[in-house]
Amino acid sequence: MPRPGFVLDVDRSTPPILFHHGEQFRLEKLPPGRSRVIYPAEPLPAIDDVEGAIRDALCNPLGDSEPLPALLRPGMKLTIAFDDISLPLPPMRSPDIRQRIIEQVLDMAAAAGVDDVHLIAALALHRRMTEAELRHAVGDRVYDAFAPHGLLYNHDAEDPDNLAYLGTTDQGEEVEINKRAAESDLIVYVNINLVAMDGGWKSTATGLASYRSLRHHHNVHTLRHSRSFMDRHSSELHHSNWRMGKVLRDSGVKVFQIETTLNNDTFGADGPLSVLQKREWEWTAKDRMTFLAVKTGLDKLSPALRRKAMHSWKAPYGLTSVQAGEVEAVHEVTTANVYAQHLVPLEGQTDILTFGLPYICPYNVNSVLNPILVMSLGLGYFFNLYKGRPPVREGGVVILSHPTPWEFHPVHHPSYIDFFEQVLADTTDPVEIEQRYERQYAEDEWYRHLYRTSYAYHGVHPFYMWYWGSHGLQHAGKVIIVGGDVRAVRRLGFTPASTLQDALEMATDVVGPQPTITHVHNPPILMADVT
Amino acid sequence: MSLPGRNEPKRLPINPEALAGVARAAGRRSLASTMARVPFPLRAPTVPVGVEPAPRPSKLGAEYDTDWARRYPARLARVVLVEGVVRPAAYAIARPMVGGTDRVADYEGPAIFAANHHSHIDTGLLLSTIPEPWRHKLVIGAAADYFFGNRVTAPLSALAIGAIPIERTRVSRRSADDAAALIDDGWSFLIFPEGGRSPDGWGQEFRGGAAYLSLRCGVPVVPVHLAGTGRILPKGTNVPKPGPTRVTFGHPLWPTPDEDSRRFAARLEQTIAALADEARTDWWSARRRAHTSSTPSLSGPEVGAWRRTWALGDRTAARRRAARAWPNL
Repeated sequence: MPRPGFVLDVDRSTPPILFHHGEQFRLEKLPPGRSRVIYPAEPLPAIDDVEGAIRDALCNPLGDSEPLPALLRPGMKLTIAFDDISLPLPPMRSPDIRQRIIEQVLDMAAAAGVDDVHLIAALALHRRMTEAELRHAVGDRVYDAFAPHGLLYNHDAEDPDNLAYLGTTDQGEEVEINKRAAESDLIVYVNINLVAMDGGWKSTATGLASYRSLRHHHNVHTLRHSRSFMDRHSSELHHSNWRMGKVLRDSGVKVFQIETTLNNDTFGADGPLSVLQKREWEWTAKDRMTFLAVKTGLDKLSPALRRKAMHSWKAPYGLTSVQAGEVEAVHEVTTANVYAQHLVPLEGQTDILTFGLPYICPYNVNSVLNPILVMSLGLGYFFNLYKGRPPVREGGVVILSHPTPWEFHPVHHPSYIDFFEQVLADTTDPVEIEQRYERQYAEDEWYRHLYRTSYAYHGVHPFYMWYWGSHGLQHAGKVIIVGGDVRAVRRLGFTPASTLQDALEMATDVVGPQPTITHVHNPPILMADVT
Repeated sequence: MSLPGRNEPKRLPINPEALAGVARAAGRRSLASTMARVPFPLRAPTVPVGVEPAPRPSKLGAEYDTDWARRYPARLARVVLVEGVVRPAAYAIARPMVGGTDRVADYEGPAIFAANHHSHIDTGLLLSTIPEPWRHKLVIGAAADYFFGNRVTAPLSALAIGAIPIERTRVSRRSADDAAALIDDGWSFLIFPEGGRSPDGWGQEFRGGAAYLSLRCGVPVVPVHLAGTGRILPKGTNVPKPGPTRVTFGHPLWPTPDEDSRRFAARLEQTIAALADEARTDWWSARRRAHTSSTPSLSGPEVGAWRRTWALGDRTAARRRAARAWPNL
């Protein structure tokens, strides 16, 4: 039986604690008596018969939905949309769960005589997926059958001819999604719900939407009032998506939602990285030797090779649940299953919250984790992994550990470079950034061209990353980055520190002497349920 | 007085080696005669003149004992041979594109791999492409009359490819018992249910061996389709002509409760036909044809020989002879 997540009170005999530090690692001694470490739950048991579970979900849907075979008929238009490269993280080992589901959906479509099928990577304003990435997600069989005929492709949020405007919500939010999907008799959406934020109406209303639609919830106001993104009922982001979902439903868009949850087996039970998901005092001699070998090896590699080595890791995730049917009914069950793996009860807030940021976030798969993504990962994703209230008190200090190199991927993140050089050099205030710069970047023809024809994130994407962290930015009294490039950290508006001890010392200026410290031992992913 | 040696016969020079050989032969004879004097039962009995001697039981063919080839020294030698020789050679000659291994990724335990059969290279190719952990705990059902017919090929087949003899000319319980015992013991089994290589490029009807073993041992059959090997080394040729191949693994198949080995074998054949269709066209088209029962059969159209060859299209194994080089007069 896997052990649940737990909170360790650090004492004098607690060994140094592992901090992820980009593509490297640090072992840090936390002050005893006033520090605690939140550990994730061990991986829940995976489903043995994955194919059977998928079949069962498709044939026994939840909510007000007929079984998938009953929804398929000859002559219909079927669109299968699926999550893009940003999920899961790290990418999972082949066969990807999307492939397994899509193959079964297509098999049922073939049995029903459905000819008109399109497959769309629902990537919103993310970069287009390469052939290799699409092949990894949907498998060679599906790729070879559909892509050569132009039936498997990336969603294009800037193609006016292939977007359909469906109306506005009761709060005036415009809903515009992929035309092929909107005009289909059925959309089958295949989700990987890595965290509680994923799925629900957010899949279709965000993944297949255009900038015109996305700007209504990807803005500073909405994201500051999403507390947190991981708790749908307290998330303004989700409320907006749910309102858009109602517009979709009322417009006659029929969605058969398939959601899946994965366990916490991010680094495997054995192998070179298995030590990363063990608790430090349980590291065996072999674990310690492996850790030292991996750390020394990575330290000796050039940055490019180190990145390549880490990005080559494919997680051996196990499937813990798959459910299908009506969007909201499915999502309720999915969220409960995600929480079962991720939630760790935590009593009370802390003065200082520390995160070791890993090498990967949703927007740098096979790419560079640039300084803006460091901010988004730390203050956007990690900070929001809570339910109830943030683990750090308002005005507390957030300490991030990451090298934060002044480095950008020129193909993937062209607008990030300009955002960093132009916008952040001027101001780091999200509201001011939104008012003064967003439209200029969002409507820039060159960025639009690169998004549509190259592999670039949309021009507005770095803004969304900055907004993503705006709740954390507003909540924290100070943000310190340990071990980061000093110039890059200062450009972000944060404080650089060489060591964790220095950072803790600096933090006392804000939170006073002898502060309480909480370290989130993530990844594998955990979510603090703070009471 | 005569000169010494003048009237004596001339002696040839003595070869000391020949002398030693004669001595050795004499020694042997003397040993044989010694043995002949050893009383029965210390020596073999003689056969009475009036009795027809019973034929000595053959230790070849289906009777060849391959137990030694599954002991650790032989297994180690086979791993070295497969990884060091067979695999590089197969990849150099057949350039395989392997697909569908993800379909077997979930399964653990022994399995029966059943493939269509066009060429001798099929075995080497499968030994090189069947995924771990099955690859190195695999026995291969090989025709007893062909592979175990003499004292050279029999041990070589057992050692190099882990073959066990399968009787194909008559119904034999022993072959099935041996194979079942090995599967029960955790070994996986590779078999070509057609019973032999394709004579004309088209498949032959599947026999029930793989299906029978699956039913008997409760292990799944993994269908495998091989495409392109018939062009490399078709039946009747000895020199391989390198070319691309495609190996497609299917989902493991279990017999349903109402299936006997004949029906299961027929389903296995249909599944491999669908894999062949998938390899030739694409997965989606193949699935649609499978659902409308219009998957092209492995055995080809039942028409005249030339039309069957014609229907093979570019899959034909026909080879063009090298142009004769006439002397330049």
